Amino acid sequence: MSIIIFSILFVVGFYFFTKNILQVRSNILLGQKKKITDNTSERWKTMLLVALGQKKMFSRPIPALLHLCLYAAFIITQIELVEIFTDGFIGSHRFFLPYLGSFYVFMISFIEVLSVLALIATIIFLARRNLLKLHRLNMKELIGWPKKDANLILIMEIFLVTFIFTMNGADEAIQNLKGASYNFAISSHIANFIFGDFNEHTLHVLEQIGWWGHLLMVFTFLNYLPFSKHFHILLAFPNTYYSNLEKKGKFSNLASVTEEVKKMMDPSIDPFAATNAENEAPLRFGAKDVTDLTWKNLLDSYTCTECGRCTSSCPANQTGKLLSPRKIMMDTRDRLVEVGEGKRKNGKDYTDGKSLLGDYITEEEIWACTSCNACVQECPVNIDPLSIIIDLRRYLVMEESKMPSELTGMLTNIENNGAPWQFSPADRGNWINE
Amino acid sequence: MSSVFKVHTMAEMMANGETPDILFWVGCSGSFDDRAKKITKAVAKILHHCNVKFAVLGAEESCTGDPAKRAGNEFTFQMQAMMNIQVLDAYEIKKIVTACPHCFNTLKNEYPELGGKYEVIHHTQLIQDLINQGKLALEGSQIYKGKKITFHDPCYLGRANDIYEAPRVLIEKLDAELIEMKRCKTNGLCCGAGGAQMFKEAEKGNKEINVERTEDAIETNASIIATGCPFCNTMMTDGVKNFNKEQDIQVLDVAELIANAADL
Ligand code: HEM
Ligand code: SF4
Ligand code: SF4
Repeated sequence: MSIIIFSILFVVGFYFFTKNILQVRSNILLGQKKKITDNTSERWKTMLLVALGQKKMFSRPIPALLHLCLYAAFIITQIELVEIFTDGFIGSHRFFLPYLGSFYVFMISFIEVLSVLALIATIIFLARRNLLKLHRLNMKELIGWPKKDANLILIMEIFLVTFIFTMNGADEAIQNLKGASYNFAISSHIANFIFGDFNEHTLHVLEQIGWWGHLLMVFTFLNYLPFSKHFHILLAFPNTYYSNLEKKGKFSNLASVTEEVKKMMDPSIDPFAATNAENEAPLRFGAKDVTDLTWKNLLDSYTCTECGRCTSSCPANQTGKLLSPRKIMMDTRDRLVEVGEGKRKNGKDYTDGKSLLGDYITEEEIWACTSCNACVQECPVNIDPLSIIIDLRRYLVMEESKMPSELTGMLTNIENNGAPWQFSPADRGNWINE
Repeated sequence: MSSVFKVHTMAEMMANGETPDILFWVGCSGSFDDRAKKITKAVAKILHHCNVKFAVLGAEESCTGDPAKRAGNEFTFQMQAMMNIQVLDAYEIKKIVTACPHCFNTLKNEYPELGGKYEVIHHTQLIQDLINQGKLALEGSQIYKGKKITFHDPCYLGRANDIYEAPRVLIEKLDAELIEMKRCKTNGLCCGAGGAQMFKEAEKGNKEINVERTEDAIETNASIIATGCPFCNTMMTDGVKNFNKEQDIQVLDVAELIANAADL
């Protein structure tokens, strides 16, 4: 019976997970093409250091250490999960125990110690958000769902750990009734303390509650991920693999513009000659909506942990401007979900008349950016909010000629005088003789 | 003060049948801004003193297009880039030094794809080389000995191009005390000028970015704020004025510090 229930749970859980992942994938592929296939060894190295090695987290040691507890516990618990799945499918109990012997005890003990650390870290994370009210975790873009999402994840984490200890503790108590013990590091101590007064039947029930509860939490998490900032636990890996490996100062040169400029500069090119299909001008210059951004920008948006390290280091945000690079990423993701849903319901040519620029991100926000790259530097999962900001500016300037009036003047000066100020090009060398 | 010397333009060099070892890209700020011109002259003096055969483009130089690109006008940027590349290629330029991190970044990173491939270095890197080669000696210079100097990292030199050491090495050569601000190197706070902000009013907020940054500098108790960018120089100078500290704190480019120390 339990094997059947388990199997149904397993199939249903993974079915919906796969479905969600495919939906996210198709949303991301709504972005513009961009080839990122170079330098595979450098890319693996970046992924190992930044995602697996948590390298950039440690610029802020306290949250980095707390996170490391959760992260390590999660990774190592996957071993136990393999056993849970095995037990579920064949109806065994602690399938690996007879094969691994004392190593098994060591492994479960290790998981237990990390789980306690994770529990402590989770409680501190909750306190940082809700009691200490850290500014970074309580800014206005987090009001509403993002805040609930963050707390929900942490509460689910507490449930998960509680189930693990209920399972192991009750199991230990059963052993104790027989005068034996697994000698698991934590549960062998809490067994008598918490479960000492129960009879064997109750203990079996408790052990089962722990086992099924743990399993249920795993499937809940799995299916919750694609709708949450917690998605980062998976996407951090591909996202860092596809990191920008160039110097941060290098902005992309729009190939469509290069074509146009070459035509203007070289009179021998026939301006009406058909361009080959590959270089066909895109719908528009720059980005107005998420579908104008590259797929990597969109992957970035799903990967964002909403940690706000970018925003807290942003010079514009620190001086009270509306701009928040975290909000840029959250808006991009929220708009992408909306666009994707619309297209799935109403066909792939569907548009709802809304756009990222205007309905989500305002002009005031993007004009506050100094392109300082602090946000890019800070992001622990190598997200690049700046490239989105610049693409939005490109759309505004090149398609709508909308920009602060001083910038219109600056651009006119460059075009007419070759300098952003109104000086004569002939005077450029004057300093030599002054 | 050493002798007066003549800075040659590429056109003049070409007419004399000479080729320079390096082109000094002066940039718009270095050409037209009265404060930045002093930095330009300091760089020229150092190059001359070290017998580096250099030339400038003079009237043939034009904006690299950096502010246009950061403002979102890719057309204006690429027009500027193509025109500049035509000029640079016509003179067969191989190596460029510039005192402006924005020109540096654009020439070095964004021109190659458009056909302009040159070796581009920042003036602090070149000066470091000159010292390492023994062409520039600062030993015995007293004027900055023991002085507290803090260095403000220009975003386009630091985070954008990972150059943090060259300017610091130079400051240490002055026998001065280099004091870091609480936010420095990868963590450095922008001066507020980048991304075309230099040319517009800041958006609505509760503080100017240069004021926030100047506070960091004042906290160090340094008597000199060193920079490596003419725009940072303007922003920090304004920041210091905002606190009425012009008497106590100087804002100087690293090139100026070196030129002064070498008594050029
Ligand atoms: C694979 C297992 C992982 C788990 C179980 C996990 C779990 C968590 C949890 C529960 C939070 C929320 C903390 C809070 O509420 O403040 C969080 C935040 C975060 N995670 Fe992860 N994570 C994992 C992997 C990763 C990876 C690979 C990275 C990449 C570096 C990463 C980066 C982050 C960041 C930057 C935050 C925000 C922390 C902050 O406030 O500074 N995580 N993670
Ligand atoms: S690049 Fe723009 S958004 Fe990012 S930190 Fe700097 S000013 Fe803020
Ligand atoms: S973009 Fe990066 S730094 Fe900013 S909130 Fe998202 S994960 Fe954090």
